[in-house]
Amino acid sequence: MFTLVMTISLIIVAISTLLFVYRLVKGPSTPDRVIALDAIGINLIAITAIISIVLNTSAFVEVILLLGILAFIGTVAFSKYLEKGEIIENDRNQ
Amino acid sequence: MIEISKFIVGFLILQGSLLSLIAAIGVVRLPDPYTRNHAASKSATLGIISILLGLFMYYLLIDHHANSRVLLGIIFVFITAPVAGHLISRAAYNTGVPLWEKSIQDDLAKARKHEKSR
Repeated sequence: MFTLVMTISLIIVAISTLLFVYRLVKGPSTPDRVIALDAIGINLIAITAIISIVLNTSAFVEVILLLGILAFIGTVAFSKYLEKGEIIENDRNQ
Repeated sequence: MIEISKFIVGFLILQGSLLSLIAAIGVVRLPDPYTRNHAASKSATLGIISILLGLFMYYLLIDHHANSRVLLGIIFVFITAPVAGHLISRAAYNTGVPLWEKSIQDDLAKARKHEKSR
C-alpha cells in the first residue's frame, strides 16, 4: 500500500514535469521559459525525495540541498541578464 | 505505530505531488507570465515543502533518526522560491512583456508615468 502511494506520487510529479516541459517549449516570452525551468528544478527536488523514500536510503539528501541552491542561482542570474543585459557588472563607478 | 507513520508520510507526499500537479496545470492554462508565475511560485513551493516534510517524517518515524539536512532544505526552499518568483516577474515587467489583454489596471505604469512627468 505504501509503495503504491509512493509510485502514484512519483507518476503525478512526472506528469507535472511534462506539463512544465510543454510550457518550456511553447512559452511565447523568455520569462515564461525561465519560470518553467525554475519549476522543473523544484520538481526534480520532489522526485529525488520520493526516490530516496522508495530506495530507503539517506544518501541523496545532499542532492536535494544542492538542487535547491542551483535552481535559485540560475533563476537569479537569468532575471539579472534579462533586466540589465549582463550578469556581473565590472564597472564600479555607477 | 509503524502503520500510522506510513499513513502520515503517504498523506504528506500525496498532498505535495497533487499540489505540484495543480501548479503545472496553472502554468499551462493561465494567460500571461505574471499569472503563471503566481501559480508556479506558490503551489510548487507549498508542494515541495509538503514532500520534504514527508521525507523528514519518514526518516524520523520509520528510520528513527532526525535528518537536519532535510530541515535545512525546507527552510532554504521556503526562503528562496518566492524571491526567485519576484525577481523573474520584475524582469518580465521591465523588459516590456505585456499583461493579459483583459486586465484592467496597471498601477506601476501609472506611477512611473507620474514620476517621469514630475
